[in-house]
Formats: sequence, structure tokens, C-alpha cells
Amino acid sequence: MLRGLAVLLVFQLVGEVLAHLLTLPVPGPVVGMVLLLLALELRLPQRDGLRVASGGLLATLSLLFVPAGVGVVQHLPRLAAEWPAVAASLLVSTAATLAATGWVAARLLRRPAAREGA
Amino acid sequence: MSSRLVETWVYLARSPLLWLALTVTTYAAGEALYRRLGRHPLLHPVLTSVIVLATVLLASGTPYPRFFEGAQFVHFLLGPAIVALAVPLHRELHRERSLALPLTAALLAGSVTAVVTAVVTARLAGASRETLLSLAPKSATAPVAMGIAEKLGGLPSLAASLVLLTGVLGAVIGPGLLRRLRVRDPAATGFALGVASHGLGTARAFELGETAGAFSGLGMGLNALATSLLVPALMRLLVP
Repeated sequence: MLRGLAVLLVFQLVGEVLAHLLTLPVPGPVVGMVLLLLALELRLPQRDGLRVASGGLLATLSLLFVPAGVGVVQHLPRLAAEWPAVAASLLVSTAATLAATGWVAARLLRRPAAREGA
Repeated sequence: MSSRLVETWVYLARSPLLWLALTVTTYAAGEALYRRLGRHPLLHPVLTSVIVLATVLLASGTPYPRFFEGAQFVHFLLGPAIVALAVPLHRELHRERSLALPLTAALLAGSVTAVVTAVVTARLAGASRETLLSLAPKSATAPVAMGIAEKLGGLPSLAASLVLLTGVLGAVIGPGLLRRLRVRDPAATGFALGVASHGLGTARAFELGETAGAFSGLGMGLNALATSLLVPALMRLLVP
């Protein structure tokens, strides 16, 4: 668990350093995620500790959004002024994204299970 | 006695402990309520605890930075949590390697649609520049979206709120909308929920079944990556 957490923090740190040094358009933790994915593909040892640490963090993933989400209190005047644009954007975009992804995936996957279900 | 109470409140309101404890307990209570009431997406604990905590801050006149002094200990874990997404992603990629091409095509379609439709709609409706830049990454999971918004010059905490709303919206309308479009493959349904609505979509997908849930987690992880790569380039075209 502790070793797993250390692995995650080190990959995040390396990701942050690379993102800053190379001025990447991607946030540091995402660089860390890609590096860890590569390391796992290359069979990094100590998978167990890593699985426990990542499982624990991802199980509480929703909680981690709360502090930033409460930041909405700082934007109430902006949202009060712009809510029609924001609401239209969220509604149109979420529906269009679901439709585009689902439609392309369903057409291209064409797995036997899908035809049985249909 | 009452002056002692006031003193204690003044002391506690300034310490990080109060706001940290309040954040965690509010979330735990929200989660218990969510489970008891049949996991309705509108009662998702993120949504209820944000509403409760925001109300407490407004009612007690506590500035957000003071709240964040306590809540930052929870917030900090987002970084390692994003790195941790590599572990389930690695597992799913191994199981589904033959599906790499169809899923990449679906991911690109969804990721580009998410950014373009969000920004174009908001721009037509007259949103300000900071709002546009904060809306662009709204389908990526919150920590990634916040990082992207910050890099673009948007407002990370506004982006986080918009991400939450997107997640709730997708979880509520997603399964019905996809059924109507005759998307019946659970893999396609789950993948779409993950790409469009990140973690909250994934939570909803797991309620539809194991396959939908696994593909949703995959969609969420891949879209975090795709959005961070696509948004900077797309925004140069969409918001000059």
C-alpha cells in the first residue's frame, strides 16, 4: 500500500517535471498516468501494492472532486449572468457526445453479443 | 459561556481541521443517503455534498480560500488518483486489445464532439471568454479538466463545477438517449457514458452491468488523455 502510494507519487512528480520542462499541453498527472501505463506494459514489479493503492484512491475518487466543486461559490455571479449559455452548452454537448461516441462504437464493434441482444 | 462558544467557533473556523472534517463527513452522509434512496443520479453524493458545503460557506460567511485550507488535503489526492487510472486502464487494454481500432474511432468522434459543441453552443449563446475556456474540457474527469482549464487561462474551479454538472446530466439522460439511438451493445453504451460523463457516467454504467462499467472506465481514462491533447489545438480554432 505504502509502496504503491510512493510509486504513484513518484510518477506524478516525474510527470509534473516533464510537463514543466517540455511545456507540454497536458497536465502533469496525465503525463504521470501515461508513464505508469508504459511502465505497466513493460512489466513494472510490485503490482500488488500498486493495485491496493490505486484501488483505494479510485474507490474514493468522487470525494476528491468535492473541494474543487465547492469552488462554485466563487462563480455564482458569473453563473447567474451566463446561465442560459452554460445550460444550453452543457445540454447540447453532453447529448451530442453521448450520441456520437455510442453511435460510432456500436457501428464499428458489431460484436456477436450485440446482435444477440438486439 | 456563550462568549466561550463564540471564541471556540472563531478558533475552529480558522483551523483547517473543521473544514476537512466537514468535507469528509458531509460526503459520507451524502453517500449513505444515495445508497439508501436507490442511487438516483440526481442524489449523487458529489452533487449533494457540494450543495450542502456551499450553503454552509454562504450562510456562515466563510470565504472559499479558508474552506480550501482544510479541504486541500482531500483535493491534493486527485493528482495521484489520475496517475492511478493507469492501473485499470492497463487491465482493460489487455482484455480488449482487438477492439483498439473501433474504440479509438469512437473516442475521437466523442472527444471532438464534446469540445466543439460545448464551445460553439456557448459562444452562440454569448458566454464570456473565461466561461468558454472553462467549458471546453468539461467531458474530461475533473482533475484533468481543471488542469486543462488552468493552462488555457480559464477558471479551474469553474471548470470543476461544469464537469460535475456534465457528469450528472450524462448519467441522467445517457442510458435512455442511447437506447433511443438503438445502441444496444453494453460495451458501446458504457464507452459512450465514460467518454461523455467521466466518473459519474461510469458509476451509472456499472449499474447497467459489469461490461458497460468496465468500458465506461476505459472511455473515461482515454478521454482524459484525448481531451488534454485535443483541447489546446481545437481552442486555437474555436476561440481566437
